[in-house]
Amino acid sequence: MGMDAVEAMGLRVELTDAQLVARCRTGDHQAWAELVDRFSRYVYAIAVQAFKLPEHDAEDVFQEAFTRAYENLHKLRDDEAIRPWLAQLTRRLCIDRLRAGSAEQLEDEVEIPDLEDTMARLDESMTVHDALATLPDNCQEILDRFFARDESYRTIGDALDLPSGTIASRISRCLTRLRVEMEGRNLGTSPS
Amino acid sequence: MTTVAAYDEERLGEILSALPPAPEVWVGAARDIPLREQEIDPIVERADADEDYRRRVIEDPAAALEEADVVAHVDTIEILKRRLDADK
Repeated sequence: MGMDAVEAMGLRVELTDAQLVARCRTGDHQAWAELVDRFSRYVYAIAVQAFKLPEHDAEDVFQEAFTRAYENLHKLRDDEAIRPWLAQLTRRLCIDRLRAGSAEQLEDEVEIPDLEDTMARLDESMTVHDALATLPDNCQEILDRFFARDESYRTIGDALDLPSGTIASRISRCLTRLRVEMEGRNLGTSPS
Repeated sequence: MTTVAAYDEERLGEILSALPPAPEVWVGAARDIPLREQEIDPIVERADADEDYRRRVIEDPAAALEEADVVAHVDTIEILKRRLDADK
């Protein structure tokens, strides 16, 4: 069954990065919105965590990164490489921003403490988020609210209409599912 | 290929915490980029065909956007400048 047929049945289809990029190139605005949703946290984290830009500079970099990505999507050679491409684009914009804001004439390379470690951590987090996206919606939501959005049990309980006393056990069950999913990927990517 | 380490639940929670959502307003603006680009298309096309008009747009991009009934937001001005530059 083709993807369009699956979608016509009302089933949600998680497109690969490459499929999403291909759809964006056809002028599909919905696909573009999905691409922004998929990578917005990543671009935001690079600006704020890796380069420690203040919020107003981070916002400029964020918009500029997605604008340039949109305008230059046709130049991307490997559609599956959208994430590293976007990371590189964002890093360059962050460096430009730091140079522009510096009173001194900076040399070619701007030294950012722990940059590569932070980037590795963000890439790892994106991989785990990819795995999270394969779990049922209720697991995705509760884990995202608790860990990424830092919401309290009470806030989560109110939002999802769940007794606060059940939140911890639900989080634990969902984390176990996520671990199993990650282990499955581990086996899939291990050299034979 | 991303190296996938062994994970326990505690570590997975820490890793998930590393990617908080970007502000919703920022994300909304980024989703609307195709619409902003479309609004600019007629200006760029006219500038390609009319050198005098191109000069006027380069001199005062905000005025050109307003003349075309496009909100002269700073991001939109930057997009217009870059596209005219790229089309040279």
